[in-house]
Amino acid sequence: MRTLLSVIAIGVEVTLILTLAGLSRGVLDDMATRSRGTGADILIRPPDSSGFTFSLTMKQGIVGKVRTMPHVAMATGAYVKQIDSFNSITGINLDEFNAMSGGLKFLKGRPFQGPDDLVVDEVFARQHHLQPGSPIEFAHSWKVSGIVEQGKLSRTFADIGVLQELFSAHDEVSVIYVKLDDPANTNAVIASLEKELPTYKVISMDEFVSLFSTNSVPYIEAFTHVVTGVAVLIGFLVVCLSMYTAVLERTREIGILKALGASPGYIIGILMRETIMLALTGAALGILMTYGTRSLMAIFAPSMPQEIVTDWYPTAVGIALGGSIVGALYPGLRAARQDAIEALAYD
Amino acid sequence: MTEIDIQNLTKTYRVGEVEVNALRGVNLKIERGEFVAIVGPSGSGKSTLFHILGGLTPPTSGAVLIDGIDLVKMSEADRTRLRKTTVGFVFQKYNLLPTLTGAGNIEIARHIAGHNGKEPDPQFEEILKLLGISGRLNHKPRALSGGEQQRIAIARALVNHPSLLLADEPTGNLDSENSTAVLSLLQGLNKRLGQTILMITHNPEAAAFADRTVTMRDGRIVN
Repeated sequence: MRTLLSVIAIGVEVTLILTLAGLSRGVLDDMATRSRGTGADILIRPPDSSGFTFSLTMKQGIVGKVRTMPHVAMATGAYVKQIDSFNSITGINLDEFNAMSGGLKFLKGRPFQGPDDLVVDEVFARQHHLQPGSPIEFAHSWKVSGIVEQGKLSRTFADIGVLQELFSAHDEVSVIYVKLDDPANTNAVIASLEKELPTYKVISMDEFVSLFSTNSVPYIEAFTHVVTGVAVLIGFLVVCLSMYTAVLERTREIGILKALGASPGYIIGILMRETIMLALTGAALGILMTYGTRSLMAIFAPSMPQEIVTDWYPTAVGIALGGSIVGALYPGLRAARQDAIEALAYD
Repeated sequence: MTEIDIQNLTKTYRVGEVEVNALRGVNLKIERGEFVAIVGPSGSGKSTLFHILGGLTPPTSGAVLIDGIDLVKMSEADRTRLRKTTVGFVFQKYNLLPTLTGAGNIEIARHIAGHNGKEPDPQFEEILKLLGISGRLNHKPRALSGGEQQRIAIARALVNHPSLLLADEPTGNLDSENSTAVLSLLQGLNKRLGQTILMITHNPEAAAFADRTVTMRDGRIVN
């Protein structure tokens, strides 16, 4: 039972690390995929924009100016209204967006027509149990008009004019998506745009997408370190307690080994081999449980896709091994120093 | 030829704030190939002498020479080596490792001594034959009778061919039939293979199997 609980605890430790890493990467990759789904080559963002948030706005009139520039095939503005920490609604000009992205693919229902119509993607619909005609309170009383395939820009869409009116953001956009006649002209057009719009942030889609990595997001990296630290502590404590109990349970056996001439190193070696076996079995269980957490996330939080991060396996196994070995050190030393006569008299 | 030479051996240990003089100047010589029984009441110092000869605890003063090597001058590591190569233990409660089979218990003693267990060992094969446990070696201790467990414990104690076999009340947990069988085996090992044996016992009938009986009282040898 003690061994089983230790293996499960180490498994949970490994699962915590792999799930966190998988979620971070899954969510960021999903955001990158949806950004690429716009079909744009260049983004223009308001002055002082940073990261990949869209909290600042700029005048919609800039879109027209951008359209007149050489090599620009299309340009469309989007207004993004952040509803809460995890949700936002993206206001788009549907015709322009369809032309640029290849079109939203409707799985059910129809595009927005009325002032309360909201189009959602399949993931959002599944998470909130929505069908065409379903009402939804989302900083406004909306009605779902259609459900589209995921992978293009956002999970929720409204008409840009409706959204600007609703949130008093007349003629304001959060981002301008620019499609070129040939992606090879990207650098040249960026240079022209930077000259034309000196304080604005002009960035290629490739560069923007490269921001969607855990290394580029300081708080994700810090969060990963904190959770990993907690996981290591759990593993350390569990193995320490487990091995301490094992040493107590086996006091007499340790005495027997000492009577047979086992050195302290031999006894520590036995405990370490057992610890390594526990850690490796726990790590294997943890890896298996990661598939379980992915399935659970897909059911309960489909907007947060979890990837299976095989490149993290060595790290997670290393952490489990390291924490376990450190956790077994004190019990191991205690066993090695145990008095043989007292140990043999132990019942 | 003298195998064990004990001169003025003392052992004092503390229990809380009280000093206990467990051995108060023991002198004893045991010849190679002798089977000696040590008898005496509880608290006479038999077990302390057993622990010192087995290298489980250091003496306080005096000299204890086993094959000419003085235990008094030994470090902890030296005593560990002594237990590995020079002495073998047989305990009253058998002290087999419960998770290993009989064979596993013997094998681990060989492994601790640094042998890989593959080398042929005709003398140990003869010991196994004498002990009559060949058919029981693949059983774990819980599946063995007390007599069988003690015979495996004797095999384990002898697998590394120690100079001295130390037996602490080897029949204390056995019925009379198994006691006689185990004592006869120890006698046979002594007579046929020349194994030096030092046995602690309360039982005069058990002591009668030995060549010589030494009586201890109050930390001294009195007879």
